[in-house]
Amino acid sequence: MTEPVLSVRGVVKRYGDRTVLDGISLDVHEHEVVAVIGSSGSGKSTLLRCVDLLEELDDGQVLLDGVDVSDPRVDADVARRGMGIVFQAFNLFPHMSVLDNVTLAPRVVHGVPRAQAERHAVELLDRVGLADRAGAYPEQLSGGQQQRVAIARALAYSPRLLLLDEITSALDPELVGEVLALVRELAQTGRTILMATHEMGFARQVADRVVFLDGGRLIESGPPEQVLGEPVHPRTRQFLRRIIDAGRL
Amino acid sequence: MTSELQRERLSYKRSRARRSTLVALLSTAVFAVAVGVTVARAPGWPRVRQSFFDVEIAWRSLPAILEGLWLNLRVLAVCGALILVLALVVAAVRTLRGPVWFPLRVLATAYVDLFRGLPLIILLYLVGFGLPALRLTGVPNDFVVLGGVALVLAYTAYVAEVFRAGIESVHPSQVAAARSLGLGPRETLRLVVLPQAVRRVMPALLNDFVALQKDCGLISVLGAVDAVRAAQIEQARSFNFTPYVVAGLLFVLLAVPTARFADALGRRVERRQGAR
Repeated sequence: MTEPVLSVRGVVKRYGDRTVLDGISLDVHEHEVVAVIGSSGSGKSTLLRCVDLLEELDDGQVLLDGVDVSDPRVDADVARRGMGIVFQAFNLFPHMSVLDNVTLAPRVVHGVPRAQAERHAVELLDRVGLADRAGAYPEQLSGGQQQRVAIARALAYSPRLLLLDEITSALDPELVGEVLALVRELAQTGRTILMATHEMGFARQVADRVVFLDGGRLIESGPPEQVLGEPVHPRTRQFLRRIIDAGRL
Repeated sequence: MTSELQRERLSYKRSRARRSTLVALLSTAVFAVAVGVTVARAPGWPRVRQSFFDVEIAWRSLPAILEGLWLNLRVLAVCGALILVLALVVAAVRTLRGPVWFPLRVLATAYVDLFRGLPLIILLYLVGFGLPALRLTGVPNDFVVLGGVALVLAYTAYVAEVFRAGIESVHPSQVAAARSLGLGPRETLRLVVLPQAVRRVMPALLNDFVALQKDCGLISVLGAVDAVRAAQIEQARSFNFTPYVVAGLLFVLLAVPTARFADALGRRVERRQGAR
């Protein structure tokens, strides 16, 4: 078996004396889409933030293509160039146009000439269906459009791994579809994706594997039809029952 | 509990921290020695020390300067309080909506434009020397009071703008939320908008406060015997500039606690509102 793109090994994260991640281990292989589910507060977002090295680990390792990027001797800025993250609240830069948001990293971090970066950005914006809004500012866009720009921004430097942190949670229901359609397309084109999500139906359709997080532990992992259909662990069953009762599956 | 790997990482981080401390200490020591040697070996240094840093003269002039500084402090306290209240009023007036308030708004805007643009020294001369020269009844002729009036006029204009920026930085949704609960415009301003606005502009306010601390020394141009004036008198007596240095250092010492207070306040706000 080839080396996984991402390998999380025994990651522990504490805030004060609250343990948010309690020894998480997880591999994501090339072209694989892994969905992380779990109730709010289970540590999904923290896991993604730890993987992107936005949080310092209290124990364990994050390996990217076999390289331990969580090592304090490794330059986190360099390691992050291999990853792209999309946040729940978009986090676009409000003082920059859509085009500048997308071209910022290629130009500043990767030294791509402006003309080339912009050409690539327009292609990407075309793929997310927003080529005509390149000159607009984030505030002039709908939530769904902003999130699609954020995805284009994360893809602009062709990262090995795409991290999606509950990217539809802040969206109006009628805007969720357009973003999920985009993610589905990315999955089909062979992107390696680790996503935290509340959209169980979507996880079932798109993910190759679903992992269930509870109280900072990875309790169950497997193909979507198994984890979401016939979960083994009682906590998973309880969680899914609540989701079904809320009419979300 | 902690893995071997993590222990090794922590010890690496600790060793990096120790190294950083060592480098900082070393570079500070080298820098200090270099500066010390350069200054002491400079050809004019004995003369500089004699006319700027004469310990004996410093000690002799200290009581008079301290007495002057006490006057500065009293002026500072009174002016500071007046400025805060008046500036808040001016800022509130400038944010009033509605056609009835148009003349008041214009007045407040004109006041700010005029007194923010006017050089403080001209304002001091006009108020301190010009007003008494009119011989109007009721105008005080105490230079300290007149100097204070000039300071209040100038600083109120500045601080009002700081407050206004704060008021306008509070998101309209906050006003909507307050009004939706049935709060009137005045309660909304007092209970919802101003508390957020003041918190946000605290660093700018403290900045202006430090500026005011120093500018209180400008009342000396009117003849009030404050720290600056006292230093001038001492300087004239000995033809030595040390008294100025003493007065200057005292003003600096005065500003340091304010600066630290501002830092502490900033950290507290950050902690409370959750820095992310």
